[in-house]
Amino acid sequence: MPVKLTVTGAAAVAHAMRQINPDVVAAYPITPQTPIVEYYAGFVSDGIVDTVMVPVESEHSAMSAVVGSAASGARTMTATAANGLALMSEIVYIAASYRLPIVMPIVNRALSGPINIHCDHSDAMMVRDSGWIQFFTENHQEAYDFTIMATKLAEKENVLLPVMVNLDGFITSHGVESFEMLDDEVVREFVGSWNPKYSLLNTKNPVTFGPLDLFDYYFEHHRQQEEAMKNAYKELPGVFEEFEKISGRRYDFLDLYKVDDADYIMIVMNSTASTAKYVVDQLREEGHKVGLVKPQVFTPFPKKQFQQVLNGRKGVVVLDRAMSFGKEAPLYSLVKSSLYEVASRPSLGSYIYGLGGRDTTPEMIREAFEDALQGNLSTDEQRYLGLRE
Amino acid sequence: MPSIRDIVGYVETNDWAFTQGHRLCPGCNAPMVANWATLAAKSLGYEPVVGAATGCLEVSSTIYPFTSWNVPYIHNAFENVAATISGAESAYRSLLNRGKIKNDKIKFIAFAGDGGTYDIGLQSLSGAIERGHDFVYILYDNEGYMNTGNQRSGSTPIGADSTTEPVGKAISGKLQLKKSIVDIIAGHEGVYAATAVTSEPWDFIRKMQSALEFKGPAFISILAPCVRFWRIPDDSGPEVTKLAVETKYWPLWEYNMGVYKVTKKPKIFKPVKDYVTKLGRYNKLMKRPDANEILEELQNYVDAKWDRLLALEEITKDKPIRTKI
Ligand SMILES: Cc1ncc(C[n+]2csc(CCOP(=O)(O)OP(=O)(O)O)c2C)c(N)n1
Ligand code: SF4
Repeated sequence: MPVKLTVTGAAAVAHAMRQINPDVVAAYPITPQTPIVEYYAGFVSDGIVDTVMVPVESEHSAMSAVVGSAASGARTMTATAANGLALMSEIVYIAASYRLPIVMPIVNRALSGPINIHCDHSDAMMVRDSGWIQFFTENHQEAYDFTIMATKLAEKENVLLPVMVNLDGFITSHGVESFEMLDDEVVREFVGSWNPKYSLLNTKNPVTFGPLDLFDYYFEHHRQQEEAMKNAYKELPGVFEEFEKISGRRYDFLDLYKVDDADYIMIVMNSTASTAKYVVDQLREEGHKVGLVKPQVFTPFPKKQFQQVLNGRKGVVVLDRAMSFGKEAPLYSLVKSSLYEVASRPSLGSYIYGLGGRDTTPEMIREAFEDALQGNLSTDEQRYLGLRE
Repeated sequence: MPSIRDIVGYVETNDWAFTQGHRLCPGCNAPMVANWATLAAKSLGYEPVVGAATGCLEVSSTIYPFTSWNVPYIHNAFENVAATISGAESAYRSLLNRGKIKNDKIKFIAFAGDGGTYDIGLQSLSGAIERGHDFVYILYDNEGYMNTGNQRSGSTPIGADSTTEPVGKAISGKLQLKKSIVDIIAGHEGVYAATAVTSEPWDFIRKMQSALEFKGPAFISILAPCVRFWRIPDDSGPEVTKLAVETKYWPLWEYNMGVYKVTKKPKIFKPVKDYVTKLGRYNKLMKRPDANEILEELQNYVDAKWDRLLALEEITKDKPIRTKI
């Protein structure tokens, strides 16, 4: 029987990892990811799991060790945030190009500088082109569920890509909330066992991992990574369906909230979607036709789904928790380019919010909606919520 | 220790870990190192799984779709071969524990150049050793970044000419002595560490055996000339390194859990100048007025180091600081 646990988001993720019981976890602590590593180390030291834990000396080595381990055919996980992810980033690209199904929760935090330990999405956006699948999660339940689904997706033979599961620093990781935990056996059965085709430990059939790949093949290999990403996109609905069977929870690329008849739609990722849903309810009560779209899958980017939902609406506001200096904000620019092909394009507005953990209140969300309701949107203008000008 | 017969027998099986087709320069000493290390392991019945850091050996032996490695091999990046192998070794322990694999003959061998070891890779190496992973790390020390074209490294000796610290009109090339990497590794204490040289294959193979049998991290630094940038004739690598030993430039010694042992004690030593002047990379220095001053500094340094080694051997005899990891 599934049980209700009231714990932090970090504990929820650690429980998902415990149930998966990977062969190897290599990690280095960084706020606000630290409690995940600590919980997991506790599970190991109490003998609750028999994972080999590698308490490395840096995130660069964490990702390096994880590559060595996954190439050896072991189911492997790590977790990090912000500067840790930045330090890893060289190897983050390598992990994807070696097609290693690593799962890595990212507890989103502002990427220095100046140093700041609170939530925004600049870390995830920094590696958005590294070839990893990226999920974004609103709360404990989703962080837990997507960690389990990540393992399943990463190891599909036609995918074999690493996956990041993003959850908001402190808001999700340290906030206490209830979530439903599945039975250990149910999760174990869902993820199954991992038997890779190639392993560094197979001395009978030796394989060279990470050769020098020059102009005569490198391009083709990257083309294959793109194909794997396409396969991930195709496999995802099946994973969602299978997960629904064990959990009763139905996920999709986009979480749609009151969008059916909505003229105005807000797009926002992770925990801020909860605040936005609350504002949608308020505005609905006042008679406004508003709705919310929360992307759960960011890479592969669900362009078709966005087109279907947004075509013909009056106004769309996109909220980004990261900046792309000198360019349009990352989520906004992708949504905007998706709409190039639709028959009836909505007006669009770009809003930056919550950098460095800046509180995002219902009033701020309302401000963005009101711009849309009043026909005051400008495709070309980047606006800021809660910023002192 | 494997006998000459074992090694020769192994050579004849043609079951080499590092095979033909690599594109290292003619005369390069790095492939000898790769061959001897893996031959020693195979002739002792181990199944090597190899990791390599970015560098000459790696780029020249794995040009896709070819590979010279007839054993499992992984290259990850420049600075992280030790971390990569610590992940693989952890995976091995985990999968053995869980009964997912049965083969208990695997030994992990990491190869890296001096740049990937003394400098950019030192942190990951130190971390892996401190954590006590069971692997053998072989540093083929050619005293510079050769893959990128003869830049200085933490191993480049004083007065040597390199492209990032050339001997010029105002500056006499590298101003610092090289780092004593084996001492740094020995400072981790729970470790086997040794020097070796390409002119003494049996000394190397014996140390390789000790390293393989050591339950925990082991490290061997082998002086392996780069003929291109040391500017020496293609066939002179071993001859030159013989001189390095005879001049105290590269003493042969080992460290095992606190106990130091000098493994070769030449009766008579030659002046370090004999070694240095053999190398074309010193030609420019020799034309400078401060050449003698630098040579004297180097001579004093190698003499002091040698005396220190003998003293360490004496006081640590039968006194390991640790007995197990
Ligand atoms: C992070 C990073 N910085 C720099 C480089 C460029 N680089 C590749 S190999 C190398 C030098 C290798 O020198 P060494 O480790 O001594 O090996 P050798 O080539 O001499 O065998 C450098 C600087 C790199 N690949 N990665
Ligand atoms: S440049 Fe030097 S180290 Fe590199 S392959 Fe040639 S001889 Fe060997």
